[in-house]
Amino acid sequence: MAWFKRTKKGIQTATEDKKDVPKGLWYKSPTGKIVDSEELEQNFYVSPEDGYHVRIGSKEYFEILFDNNKFKELDKGLTSKDPLTFTDTKKYTERLKAAQDKTGLKDAVRTAVGKSMGEDLVIACMDFSFIGGSMGSVVGEKIARAADYSLKNKIPLLIISKSGGARMMEAALSLMQLAKTSVKLAQLAEAKIPYISLCTDPTTGGTTASFAMLGDINISEPGALVAFAGPRVVRDTTGKELPEGFQTAEFLLEHGFLDFISHRRNLKDKVNLYLDLVLNRPLRNKVAS
Amino acid sequence: MEYLEFELPIKELQEQYEKACQIGEESDVDVTNTCKQIEKKLNETKKDIYKNLTPWQRVQLSRHPDRPYTMDYINALCGDSFLELHGDRNFKDDKAMVGGLGKIGDQSYMFVGQQKGFNTKTRQYRNFGMANPEGYRKALRLMRSAEKFNVPVVCFVDTPGAYPGLEAEERGQGEAIARNIIEMTRLKVPIIVVIIGEGASGGALGIGVGDRVLMLENTWYSVISPESCSSILWRSWEFKEQAAEALKLTASDMKKQKLIDLIVKEPLGGAHSDRPGTFKSVANAIEKEYKVLKDLSPKDLVEKRMEKYSEMGVFKG
Repeated sequence: MAWFKRTKKGIQTATEDKKDVPKGLWYKSPTGKIVDSEELEQNFYVSPEDGYHVRIGSKEYFEILFDNNKFKELDKGLTSKDPLTFTDTKKYTERLKAAQDKTGLKDAVRTAVGKSMGEDLVIACMDFSFIGGSMGSVVGEKIARAADYSLKNKIPLLIISKSGGARMMEAALSLMQLAKTSVKLAQLAEAKIPYISLCTDPTTGGTTASFAMLGDINISEPGALVAFAGPRVVRDTTGKELPEGFQTAEFLLEHGFLDFISHRRNLKDKVNLYLDLVLNRPLRNKVAS
Repeated sequence: MEYLEFELPIKELQEQYEKACQIGEESDVDVTNTCKQIEKKLNETKKDIYKNLTPWQRVQLSRHPDRPYTMDYINALCGDSFLELHGDRNFKDDKAMVGGLGKIGDQSYMFVGQQKGFNTKTRQYRNFGMANPEGYRKALRLMRSAEKFNVPVVCFVDTPGAYPGLEAEERGQGEAIARNIIEMTRLKVPIIVVIIGEGASGGALGIGVGDRVLMLENTWYSVISPESCSSILWRSWEFKEQAAEALKLTASDMKKQKLIDLIVKEPLGGAHSDRPGTFKSVANAIEKEYKVLKDLSPKDLVEKRMEKYSEMGVFKG
């Protein structure tokens, strides 16, 4: 039989036998531009041709914002419980386990303190890859503790939101994290410690209805989706076609909810420029915008 | 360079001067003397004209198309250190009202001001410097943020008025201005207000309450523009010159009435004839005023400010 003659029809390889292409050799942006992943990394994970800001996680943001990627992670060990013994198509405990295995993360936020342009900064950065960046008790607690750390040590706080909203599997416990995180931000505000909210793609639901919109400045990246009810929900509820650019960072800027949009390349400069200005410190770096 | 009607003699001499210099360059005729003569005459004419400006002429200068606007001042004063901040956190980012943080020397300031455009397109974009309620709310948000972090506030006033639009009324133009005025009377950081162009009524005062209110020499500040005043009281737009006279709206008139604190001199020929010179005197004035204000406690600051405004008004009995 000729080697090219196929006796069986269709694809026969079982899923588990399929070979993964080494992950991320190339990246394809939504407009179809293809970029070498190493080049992408060097360009702050922004597709150089069309300026598309690729979704990245805490690992990458820490790398971008902390000097020499040096930082101390806070409350590393916190993990979720399953207080409601919640089950949808899958048990919550299993879902957590699967997410942990897949991402190597403990939950949907990592908090850390380190130097950014030589000055201390506390960063809480959400990870969308962990159950859609959903906020449950762990996310709430870690953000609260990060704020406490800021408060105690008088260090500015940056929260990088990237979330689908509150975590349904913890129901009302998740909902109350909106209030819990807000309490901490109120205490931080009382102590006059600057808090910057960076809304990245996507920032939706419970995060927008709490800490993401409460910064001394709220900033975002080009093209990021920032919304309370996501576009699909709005479309389905209202039955209306949504205008072009609805709920993008640019839309929010126009409607008065963001202070500015920054290319990821300038993020570190701009965050630190703001801090120097508002704290009336000598400028560490001039920004080229 | 554009010339106003009363500046035409200057334009003529300037042209003569340039022509003479050109002849000198292109031919062997010695024109040094002629040039000097014309230059002398030019300077005398300038001095003559600008020394005796009528109120209406000052109004015209305050609206001169080449006059620097808020962002020109901010960029000149702060250079690279300016970080523009946007939005009222409520409805819209008003393009007629700009603001942000920047440094003059080593000191951070929160800047707020109305912004006009410099050509048809940008004038529309900036709504001719007429802010909507969201503009005033944006200004207040920034001032409150400045108060929180103990950063002094500088307001640049340059507006033909708050925008008199349908939607502006729906969203509470009056409330927005009122809120700004009351909050500015009790803001716990120094506020320095500089009238850099037009100071029209509530639209101006909505960012115009301060510890020190400075007016550039060729600006006006009053309860109404001379044109509107003429149309209301004379029932015709034709009496704007008289109205400008009657309203006592120039910097020196305002100073005499003790409604402002200081006049900042402009270069001969107005702010636009020597922009760097204008920026420098404004920067110096702000720094000088801040130096005095920064040593006052928040309590004293607010008390003095309240006292100052309480004393305004003239009456019998």
